[in-house]
Amino acid sequence: MLRALTAAAAVFVLGAGVAFAAGKAEHPHDHAFSFDSPVGSYDMAAVQRGFQVYQQVCASCHSMDHLSYRHLGEQGGPFAAYMVRSHDTGEMEMVVRRPEHGGTFVDVTENPWVRQIASEQTITAVDPNSGQLTDRPGRISDRFRRPFPNEIAARASNGGAYPVDLSVITSARHGGADYIYALLTGYTGESQGLLYENPYFPGHLIAMPPPLGEGVVPYTDPNTPQTVEQYAADVTHFLQWAADPHMEERKRLGIVVLGFLLVLTALLYFAYKQVWRNESH
Amino acid sequence: MSGPSTYEPKTAFTRWLDRRLPIVRLGYDSFVAYPTPRNLNYWWTFGAMLSLCLVVQIITGVVLAMHYVPHIDMAFASVQRIERDVPFGWLIQNMHAVGASMFFLAVYIHMFRGLYYGSYKAPRELLWILGCVIYLLMVATAFLGYTLPWGQMSFWGATVITNLLGALPLIGEPIKNWLMGGFSVDQPTLNRFFSLHYLLPFVIAGVVALHVWALHEAGQNNPAGVDVKSKADTVPFTPHATMKDLFAMGLFLILFATFIFYMPDALGHADNFIPANPLQTPPEIVPEWYLLPFYAILRAIDFNIGPIDSKLGGVLAMFAAIGVLFILPWLDTSRVRSMRYRPIARQFFLIFVVVCIFLGWCGGQNPGNILAKAGPFSATLEWVEGGTVSQAPIQAAGESQWQEAADTAEAAAREQGATMTAVNRTGASTGSLRTVAGGAVQSRVVTAETVDALETAIGAAKVEVGQAAPFFTVERRLPPTFTVTNLSQVLTLYYFLFFLVILPLLGLREKPGRVPDTIAKPVIDGKAQGAS
Repeated sequence: MLRALTAAAAVFVLGAGVAFAAGKAEHPHDHAFSFDSPVGSYDMAAVQRGFQVYQQVCASCHSMDHLSYRHLGEQGGPFAAYMVRSHDTGEMEMVVRRPEHGGTFVDVTENPWVRQIASEQTITAVDPNSGQLTDRPGRISDRFRRPFPNEIAARASNGGAYPVDLSVITSARHGGADYIYALLTGYTGESQGLLYENPYFPGHLIAMPPPLGEGVVPYTDPNTPQTVEQYAADVTHFLQWAADPHMEERKRLGIVVLGFLLVLTALLYFAYKQVWRNESH
Repeated sequence: MSGPSTYEPKTAFTRWLDRRLPIVRLGYDSFVAYPTPRNLNYWWTFGAMLSLCLVVQIITGVVLAMHYVPHIDMAFASVQRIERDVPFGWLIQNMHAVGASMFFLAVYIHMFRGLYYGSYKAPRELLWILGCVIYLLMVATAFLGYTLPWGQMSFWGATVITNLLGALPLIGEPIKNWLMGGFSVDQPTLNRFFSLHYLLPFVIAGVVALHVWALHEAGQNNPAGVDVKSKADTVPFTPHATMKDLFAMGLFLILFATFIFYMPDALGHADNFIPANPLQTPPEIVPEWYLLPFYAILRAIDFNIGPIDSKLGGVLAMFAAIGVLFILPWLDTSRVRSMRYRPIARQFFLIFVVVCIFLGWCGGQNPGNILAKAGPFSATLEWVEGGTVSQAPIQAAGESQWQEAADTAEAAAREQGATMTAVNRTGASTGSLRTVAGGAVQSRVVTAETVDALETAIGAAKVEVGQAAPFFTVERRLPPTFTVTNLSQVLTLYYFLFFLVILPLLGLREKPGRVPDTIAKPVIDGKAQGAS
């Protein structure tokens, strides 16, 4: 009877596979990201470059409402700064990446990189003296600058389409980072009116024009290619970090907790066996 | 069952306390001296895990409530703030969200265990019913809690479920509006859901106390289903059951932690990371995995039964699926508790478990998905090669006469010797008739495995024929299909048959297997007998 059931189950599962409608979006391919594995971490250089791509390309339409500039410099952020002793001079110096060993985390309020990033932005806010809306340089406590004051304005500027908020975009789409990368690199080059063909988007037509082009964002590092694929991988890396900023801490703590639980469970097992050693059951 | 208390206060303080509030005695009798059948297996350890889950949910929930804002414009952002800025907020939020799934995983195993070993039979009927009440409260609490993050799935799940209640005759609509606090899911709904979500876990805790009380009065069932005969059949709860429960709990926590730290969102739905938008329905609305079997039963009823329309029928079937558990002690007529000694019932039980799992699978699928079909999708294209095309306008007297006018015009054209006609409607009462006179009628059949592939094939055929055909008529044929809904119907039928027909009838007819002497007789000399 069980064998018959298993066979029936297999038929159903196979049938379901065939029945998938073709109008659905194409399944994104697996792209190898450094954060994929259970012990994988973010490639902070990629997250930094991705932030640059976001700032110079995506941010002209897409908000990231749940992020503040200070998040960039907090522990686990791409611009977290550390004090390390220089190998050459022996002096303490501030670096913008996690050192391989040692180093003291610099509080984000003392972080010149984040301050620089924030102050380059123009934020419209209530002036504390006049009560009027005025423009001022951004502070690290500011949220990421919104490109549009509200959804209506965003739609009005984008032919009726709403550029979605990107704060948790990799969590909010099936396929996560792979989907974002596939979408950014998946444009066929064809368009129908104001819609662009992209097989990874449900319905295959997306209102967002191909956002990336060869060389549109100048990278300072000459060894990083300035191609669409590289930009897409970098900005996806950044978006993944933005959606899951505590991933590295989470995975690190996970090892400790699981290790503790394994030892504890082993001890409990021996205690249990000890208690029951003379009992028939 | 527990017999007279054997607690003896040892110190002056406990003696003083025992005279006034014998709380230590209560704890001692319930969790230390309490006699536990010595043949319990690991399926009996899930009760302890459930207590753990309840405590974890309440503690993490209380902390989350300190940071959460029950406002439609701020709820989503407040959850994001918890994840990003609250110290270890990400951990607490993950524990709470994953904890709900773990809670249900444990409760389902606990319930299946009770089903298999007949733990609902006399004298444990009330114990079972209290358990069903706890389960029902858990479902309600989980549903309310899922609404709070105010994502797309939160909002639309709440909308679907509250609307379901509206299907009930007479009382449905008022109940629905009372529950929503208005005519749609909105701020009042979120506020009251938050309030109730905070309240219900404590109600659960109260019913759990009754559940444990009833358990300690009737005594634990055991895998043999045979009543404990003497003290020799039991061991004291502490340390024997305690240590075993703790070990099993360790394994459970390892699974729990694996989800929390490595797959925190694996059990959730991506759409709930999109803020709720009342103006945009997501492509699919599905509940969390633990409610999918009931969702499948709800959607299985897609037909009207007499005066009951399909929506009400689905709601009734869904509630009946849980309701039938309450009367299970009186549905099962077998005098044997454990299915270990019911070879036929055991087979039906195993099918029942598989059915429940597949119902869950169905609940997560698009109900129209085709699982099997009798043949391919096909279409016949007809066109005329050669011949002369002409076009004439059709003008009907009004919108209602359009069809009649079109049919008349078409029939007239056919009578005049047209080989093919096609009507093209351009307005409410206007259109044109295209006819081909002379030429040769051609036809072609295309087949495909899916509806979409069929449309592609039709398109390709049209391109291939190209200019040779002025226009086509297309007749599409769909083969008889077996969809997810059909599968759900079969599974739902078995679900109810199991409780309402199989268990009542089988209990009367089935010849139980023999209980081994080693189990039927109490252990007398303490030698190892039977297996663990």
